[in-house]
Amino acid sequence: MTARFLMTAAISAIVAAQPVVAQMTTIGAGEGQVDIVAWPGYIERGETDPNFNWVTKFEEATGCKVNVKTANTSDEMVALMNEGGFDLVTASGDASLRLIAGKRVQPVNTDLIPSWSTVDERLKNAPWHTVDGVHYGTPYMWGPNVLMYNTEVFPEAPTSWNVVFEEMTLPDGKSNSGRVQAYDGPIHIADAAQYLMTHKPELGITSPYELNADQYAAALDLLRTQRTLVGRYWHDAFIQMDDFKNEGVVASGSWPFQVNILKSEGLPIASVIPAEGATGWADTTMMHVDAAHPNCAYMWMEHTLSSNLQSDLSVWFGAVPSVPAACSDGRGMQTQEGCDANGLADFEKIRFWTTPVSKCESQGECVPYYRWVSDYIGVIGGR
Amino acid sequence: MAALARLTDPLSDLFWRRPRVLLVLLLAPPLLWLVVVYIGSLAALLVQSFFSIDEFTGLIKHEFTLKTYAELFRPANFDIVIRTTVMAAAVTIAAAIISFPIAYYAARYARGRMKAFFYLAVMLPLWSSYLVKVYAWKLILAKEGILTWAVDGIGASAVLNAILALPVIGGNSLSVSYIGTFLVFLYVWLPYMILPLQASLERVPQNLLEASDDLGASRRQTLRHVILPMAMPGMIAGSIFTFSLTLGDYIIPQIVGSSRNFIGQAVYAHQGTAGNIPLAAAFAVVPIVIMGFYLWVAKRKGAFDAL
Repeated sequence: MTARFLMTAAISAIVAAQPVVAQMTTIGAGEGQVDIVAWPGYIERGETDPNFNWVTKFEEATGCKVNVKTANTSDEMVALMNEGGFDLVTASGDASLRLIAGKRVQPVNTDLIPSWSTVDERLKNAPWHTVDGVHYGTPYMWGPNVLMYNTEVFPEAPTSWNVVFEEMTLPDGKSNSGRVQAYDGPIHIADAAQYLMTHKPELGITSPYELNADQYAAALDLLRTQRTLVGRYWHDAFIQMDDFKNEGVVASGSWPFQVNILKSEGLPIASVIPAEGATGWADTTMMHVDAAHPNCAYMWMEHTLSSNLQSDLSVWFGAVPSVPAACSDGRGMQTQEGCDANGLADFEKIRFWTTPVSKCESQGECVPYYRWVSDYIGVIGGR
Repeated sequence: MAALARLTDPLSDLFWRRPRVLLVLLLAPPLLWLVVVYIGSLAALLVQSFFSIDEFTGLIKHEFTLKTYAELFRPANFDIVIRTTVMAAAVTIAAAIISFPIAYYAARYARGRMKAFFYLAVMLPLWSSYLVKVYAWKLILAKEGILTWAVDGIGASAVLNAILALPVIGGNSLSVSYIGTFLVFLYVWLPYMILPLQASLERVPQNLLEASDDLGASRRQTLRHVILPMAMPGMIAGSIFTFSLTLGDYIIPQIVGSSRNFIGQAVYAHQGTAGNIPLAAAFAVVPIVIMGFYLWVAKRKGAFDAL
């Protein structure tokens, strides 16, 4: 008994220690289940709202039971994947490269996923899931960080992010001081950098995620001005919605998710992607390096691209499908107008979240993410 | 039965002949828990704080250095330490001042049903979820919330605006200012001050108060020289709760306040995406040091004599 246990342990240790993981070449029969780490609201089986269900049909068709573990932050996702015991994860751009670098996910053989060809061409080789030409997952959903505003204060949509970055008088005649918000995460430095790309071209910023020391300092200066205008930074989508209702906030960077909910409650809210463009997020379904149910995992990846999931989830979450056809072919509730409202038409204006690293492509030496974290804390603290 | 006896008899013989074996067996589980799980994790934390993060690669260098502790004294980080400590001290002092009359009444005057009511009223907030209470306070303190509305109703909005116009502690509304954070901390931790204070006040013997009266002390003198010193252990015990709980909390300042970080939030941010575990660990050591110092002072004041 003990000897057998030791053997098994030794074998699994050897298997786990293998450095290079080959991708799968064939899909066999399903293993009966698939375990997924996902953002809340990402995998619905009709329990929250019977109209939104993209799981039960998959389970009936494949016999793979879908088990979901929700995670609230990218860090939680990375931690769960490091622990193991899961097959798939819906990783955002600020987690996906860490998972690849940490060898927690395996290359995906796109030949085994028939619907791969329907994926948006602009996402197929996106740098947050493709490293050295190897694909580490299938695109899931994406969305922009829009400028949400109160239509009573702004009869016409603001054309620039300056309403949240610089002190000014808003169309209702009052100052914007104390009436705007910004995201309480270091990644917001990228929004400031993107604003500077238009307004201070002499800095020579080519990517808001790749900043040298001077560009970075200019972005922080802009954020220090913003600090004087912002009462509270937003961290939680529901707290932000509450601040728009009860705290007199009239403009802020936000997600279509909040905009859609506030609109559905009949509040005077709208959103826009201003002239400078916007940052955005894009999630990828990635497969654990030791996935225990690889066949079901591949079937799920195919399902995410081919079923009503892309269409209905984009309605549910205020996001944009990675398969453009899902907007218009009637497989779910989404329509072309809905997709455009969620940001599809503005793809070219969006720069997607990636983790800033010190060895960057555009200029050799960039300020790494851990500095972003400590400096952003300092800026919010008034330094 | 006989089989069981065959098994247990040698054991009880062993325990009788060598009482130390029994002692070790009995003590091992709690000691293991205390040393390995409790102290062990603290030690792991302490060790991490002596490492540092490589400036260029962002990887952790596993070499002994005090560099990370030096980082704590950079203005942006030191602000966080000062901000948290001042908040914890303010909350503790205010909690002691508010709790004393409540605890005094509950301990010395309330009887029967009234006493039960007092216990219930103090404990009741502890039965509901902490998060629900904090969110409720966010709504109460909001710019368009019930408190502003009530203040407007009694025509005192000038007073509220004057308070909010104060530098540093003011802000756009109570819910985005330090005052708001302070009020919520105070509300949430108040029971932890009232209960030990009440327990210590109940232990003040009636005859001492009578003796003080007989010797001609005024009520104020009795309070000052008899009751307060005897209530001090309870107050210090309560203050340990309010002080340490405020030092470590990272949820309240995130929901109510001006987004300026407290120690708990800084730890959360640095250990997360930043991967700067050494700095997070160094931050986590700060409350331990402050509390260690605080307990040392409390011990000298005799707070633990009654234990």
